Amino acid sequence: MSRAAIVGVGQTRFEAARPAETFADLAHEAAAAALADAGLSMADIGNIVTVSNDFLDGRTISSMAVGDAVGAASGQGKNVSTVEGDGAFGAVYGLSRTLSGSYGSTLVVAHSKASEGDYSLLTNACFDPVTERSLGLDWVSAAALQARVCAERPGFGERETAAAASRARRHGASNPKAQVREPLSVEQALASPYIAPPLRAAHAAPLSDGAAAIVLAGEDLARRSRKPVWVAGVGLSADGRLTDRDLGKAEALSRAAAQAFASAGVKKASELDVFELHSTFAYQDLLWSAELGLGGVEERRLTPSGGCLCAFAAVPAGLVRILEAALQLRGEAANQVPGARRALAHGAQGLAGQAHCVWVLET
Amino acid sequence: MPEVEPLVHAGRIAVPYKWSAGLVVSRFLKAAVEEKRFLASRCPACRKVSVPPLRACGKCLVDNELEVPVGPEGCLVSFTEAPPAGKPAERRVFALIKLDGADTAVLHRLEGASLEGLEPGARVEPVFAERPDEAPLGVRHFRLR
Repeated sequence: MSRAAIVGVGQTRFEAARPAETFADLAHEAAAAALADAGLSMADIGNIVTVSNDFLDGRTISSMAVGDAVGAASGQGKNVSTVEGDGAFGAVYGLSRTLSGSYGSTLVVAHSKASEGDYSLLTNACFDPVTERSLGLDWVSAAALQARVCAERPGFGERETAAAASRARRHGASNPKAQVREPLSVEQALASPYIAPPLRAAHAAPLSDGAAAIVLAGEDLARRSRKPVWVAGVGLSADGRLTDRDLGKAEALSRAAAQAFASAGVKKASELDVFELHSTFAYQDLLWSAELGLGGVEERRLTPSGGCLCAFAAVPAGLVRILEAALQLRGEAANQVPGARRALAHGAQGLAGQAHCVWVLET
Repeated sequence: MPEVEPLVHAGRIAVPYKWSAGLVVSRFLKAAVEEKRFLASRCPACRKVSVPPLRACGKCLVDNELEVPVGPEGCLVSFTEAPPAGKPAERRVFALIKLDGADTAVLHRLEGASLEGLEPGARVEPVFAERPDEAPLGVRHFRLR
């Protein structure tokens, strides 16, 4: 079977609010950075996948509002297609288009601005309009319900959760793209006020504005590129809705990882050198790590970018994990793990991590 | 270009909408408020009992059996206290509840309880609404038994 590689990456700086840029400006900035990083021009790009969310953008067909900003009109016009959801899932679509052989390369661009809408109300709209929505739950209170179920399990105590938050912030402090760059001690995390018990303010991802992009290339183009990072395996899976699954587990993550590992020839996650996890709350970092069997893995290998707990633009977040994992394998990451050769990147979407996507990348 | 302050255009998207509850959930809501009981669905193949009821089983892809009584009492799977969406100054106790006899859980508000001393497994009962469209599941809120 033919292979594909990531040959270029680009991301904006993530900030709580970027009023000087429209979301199309942000998508353009990330796309142009990824093209420059790949040493390619739009003429070299076979097709484009944009990843966006109509609710976050406050308009329908939000993808159409960024098409031109990312080169859709160049040449004779590019084939543009769209995914709504987390960027890692969007990148799977881009990978499929690349591996189909129809296109030599795919530009995948994801953007979102949390500052322009009301994220609590927007995530409340995830709930069933007839039987649930008017209760008033949102992404935080839904996660709190999961966190309490997890808290009944060993390894999910206050101190372990605080330590996960503290580690993320230590890593994020030296990531120039991160929104929150102040370190957080375990004691500070333990003393942080509750937002929805057992969740504390320090346990939650900061909402961000920003964009990310990657260029995926088929084998021919990838072999001619500067530093290809090969896609060794990908898997994705979804669990039942919030009321129809064991919230103390993430079986979809295990299934997604098993698919990716089977393609990549990986027996267990701990064989890999670096892990970029999509954890929007500190307890999720513990839950995803437990599900993947990462106990005992050195802290510096766990989400060295600081992850979603230091910058969380909802749509790009999973694509940023892929991009940061690729930078690790190129030896160019902010908190470089020396000699990293194989990496896992993780995306998640839905309330309390309903769906998961796992990428295994290698040099 | 010369320096300029970014203009922020404030708007509001307000689109009226009418969601059909479907016949199966309509019957569920009617039974809740008129008969004060919950009618779940059960898959004839995997026996999974879902509440609110589902017309078909998503795993077996067969039509479910209907009118399967569950609850009305149940126990807490999880709970939290948080602001309702869009109302950051308010606090509300949200609960994930497993009704007796059901395999799926329901989300609702818990009234008259503080988080202090509340434990998963605590027994709860519904306070039914008077009209089927008054509140989710035809229930105003749940309370501790």
